[in-house]
Amino acid sequence: MVTNVAETMAKTHKAISIAEFFEKNKHLLGYENLQKSLLTVVREGVDNSLDACEEARILPDIYIELQKKANGDNKFKVIIEDNGPGIVKANIPKIFGKLLYGSKFHRLRQSRGQQGIGISAAVLYGQLTTGKSAKIYSRINDGKTHIYELHVDIQTNEPQIQAEDTVYGSGHGTRLELNVKGRYVKGKQSIYEYIQETAIMNPFAKIVFVDPDGEKFEFPRVVEELPKEPREIKPHASGIELGTLLRMMKNSKARIISGFLAAEFSRISSEKAKELCVLANIDPKVSTTSLTRDEAEALHDQMQKARLQNPPTDCLSPITAKPIEEGLKKELAPEFVTAVSRSAAVYSGNPFLVEVGIAYGGNLDQEGSVHLMRYANKVPLLYEQSACAITKSVIQTDWRRYKLSQSGGSLPVGPVAITIHFASVWVPYTSEGKEAIASYPVIIKEIKLAIQEAARRMGVYLSRKRRANEAEERKAIFHRYVGELAVALHELTGKDEEKIAAQMTELIEEKLKTMVLVVEPEDAENEAQKEVDNEIPDEDNSENGESLSEKEDGE
Amino acid sequence: MMKTDAQSGKEIALRLEALGNDVLADIELKKNPSLSILTRNLNNVYFDEDQGLIRLGDKRQNRNYINLNQAKKFMQTLLVAKQIKWLLEQQKPALSIRQLYYTLKHSIPGSKENTFDTQDESDPLIEDVEVMVDALREELKLIATPKGVLAGPMVVLDQTGDTLDFSKMGSAGGAVPPSVEENTFKIKECSADFILVVEKFAVWNLLNQGKYWKDANCMIMTGKGQPARAERRLLHRMQKELNIPIYIFTDMDPWGYYIYSVYKQGSINLAFFSEKAGAPKAQYLGFSTSDVKQFDIPRSAYIKLKDVDYKRLKEIEAYDWFKSKGWKNEFAAMKQFGYKVEQDSLVAKSIEFTAKEYLPTKIENKQFIN
Repeated sequence: MVTNVAETMAKTHKAISIAEFFEKNKHLLGYENLQKSLLTVVREGVDNSLDACEEARILPDIYIELQKKANGDNKFKVIIEDNGPGIVKANIPKIFGKLLYGSKFHRLRQSRGQQGIGISAAVLYGQLTTGKSAKIYSRINDGKTHIYELHVDIQTNEPQIQAEDTVYGSGHGTRLELNVKGRYVKGKQSIYEYIQETAIMNPFAKIVFVDPDGEKFEFPRVVEELPKEPREIKPHASGIELGTLLRMMKNSKARIISGFLAAEFSRISSEKAKELCVLANIDPKVSTTSLTRDEAEALHDQMQKARLQNPPTDCLSPITAKPIEEGLKKELAPEFVTAVSRSAAVYSGNPFLVEVGIAYGGNLDQEGSVHLMRYANKVPLLYEQSACAITKSVIQTDWRRYKLSQSGGSLPVGPVAITIHFASVWVPYTSEGKEAIASYPVIIKEIKLAIQEAARRMGVYLSRKRRANEAEERKAIFHRYVGELAVALHELTGKDEEKIAAQMTELIEEKLKTMVLVVEPEDAENEAQKEVDNEIPDEDNSENGESLSEKEDGE
Repeated sequence: MMKTDAQSGKEIALRLEALGNDVLADIELKKNPSLSILTRNLNNVYFDEDQGLIRLGDKRQNRNYINLNQAKKFMQTLLVAKQIKWLLEQQKPALSIRQLYYTLKHSIPGSKENTFDTQDESDPLIEDVEVMVDALREELKLIATPKGVLAGPMVVLDQTGDTLDFSKMGSAGGAVPPSVEENTFKIKECSADFILVVEKFAVWNLLNQGKYWKDANCMIMTGKGQPARAERRLLHRMQKELNIPIYIFTDMDPWGYYIYSVYKQGSINLAFFSEKAGAPKAQYLGFSTSDVKQFDIPRSAYIKLKDVDYKRLKEIEAYDWFKSKGWKNEFAAMKQFGYKVEQDSLVAKSIEFTAKEYLPTKIENKQFIN
């Protein structure tokens, strides 16, 4: 009886296509509601375009257009076009029509996309919600434009080509047209916000956006240099999982175990490899294939314990401080801007680095909390703010030290925009939605250090500004009383009031030139104490004021 | 009468004009405009032993316009000065210092700031102007509100033309007017044998109700605590014009002692006024430590000295005008005793005790501290 049931059940067991899986689980990939889905589609396209341009060392020109379809509510045509290298004809169908096909998953270098799932998922989403194919135009500088209309076959996860054509075309680039269901919103978590935040953190890109109403927004390029090209690196031993180690062993071309370690991992020399084997009670010359599971585990253990040099950091592509400042300046027009780019650190064997930009004042909103912009590998994160290590780090920082008000457990308040960029070969997202960075202690620590450094500069600026304002205000008092004085002196002496006022004004101007009122602080930390020290003593019966005039006047 | 007033007014107005011209000269020479003002604090007063008066020294301090802490005060000082000049020239009735404050208070054009925010800002500047032009407030047509009352056999011709008989002032007594100058408050006759100045109105009131002044043939006056300028000026004139003894009767505590010294030698803040307001012949009648035993004051009247009392006592001890042997003994006795006694508490003996026993005994035996 029982066997029969099992046999019946066995008939229903079959492999599930990844595309089929997606159809049922599209919320995991950012397609949980209409508003977010539209954003995800745009985001996948733009991320792909920027990655392609950067990899080809081309300053990106990105064009984004959303057209509202006349034939139905909530239907949009999304157009994303770039000046990237284009895609060779043979690869077009698989890149857009097969999930988990890509160049980025297996290598260790920083890029926006990680899994090779994004753009084909967008194609699939469009196909599922509108029944329409994706249309791709690609030019690779060979005088042709290759055009494809394609589908993802949900059963097989293979591209299904509806139409293909090749026409004349010059230059290079890719254009993607998708019909999708979605909802277009303005304000928070909108496509506009995503594009503007992208423009801030990618100041080397020129972006044009045409919204569904036909309004055109241009986000100019202000930096003429691409970020440093990231170099691909080998994995680092610390934090690697046993399963990964076993798989790598199996795939490696190296014959003996010590050779494998030295060849496949960064920061393991042949000597170090032998040392690790000895520590794990394994003959360094043993073949990788004859290693028992227990031996592999012992080796894995030693690899975790070993004190290895940090992995090389040239796999990262920081934006660096200056371009971040430029990006903030051009998009937000603040009165003060600063940025910090930390050197690399490591979590679970993965190198990462943190960059923080702070903009203050100008057109920024005077009311409410600061505008926090989170980025992972130059891509804005718009959802799940509170779950993110970045948000936690901002909240844990004591902003009152840097002249912003902040109540416990919340973001500081003030006309401030903060960009925090987390760059890594592998971003530890808290979920498949790729919206929040996991809170590893070392990540939080690095983010906080970067925040502190940038915030300290802002604090210095703010105290300096306040002092300058105060100084100006104080200087203003000399002018403020001129009218009253002229009246008094006129009534006392009968001399011409206006002439007295003019002479007084002239005198004050002259005296103020020689006055120095602002003390330049060395840093924000010492500010508080200095402010106390500089406080003007209370006036008592004596006339000992803080005389700011030259010596001769004190006589 | 009006003529002398006008003459002194004219002279002071000229001095105010000179003050304005000095400031203008600074401005023309591109110097920081400054006013030189005699310092009115303990550092610049001294005790003139020959005259028995506290006097102002000659230390001066500059008030500069181009100085963040002084700019406003400088402006305010000139506003007060010009307003006084205006008062003198317009032949207006004297204003109270509060009224002067209101004539000057307005918002400064082009700002939210007022010329003056409180009367505390203008009052000390009036004193500054007094020392700058070497004239008394009374001559500047400004008055402080007097609190004092007096009673006794004295007849005065008031500036209103009314004749005031202070023996017929009823239970309220006669008020000390704001201006007690010879031309505003002329003492026509006085048959009193001495003047008794009492710290507190309640004590004065009881003496007046019982017509103590009639029995003792004296003037009784109170300044209701720390006296205002008019009471001091009047006592000064009475000493000078009547030439009769003056006795001062206060609480037995450091504050009472100090009130005595203000009547007698003058105050630190108004040291420039002492010459015209001091009554150096005044004598301290009581209440004193020796009285406690002598008059068998009940324990219930003792009040323990607090820290503030000791502190004030220490300050007073340091004043040069409290360095006499009599006062040294009194201070030492008080510290040893550890208590203070209010003059009001003598009613614990009996309501009439002060008038019938205490004062007559003290005066008869000449038990004074000097």
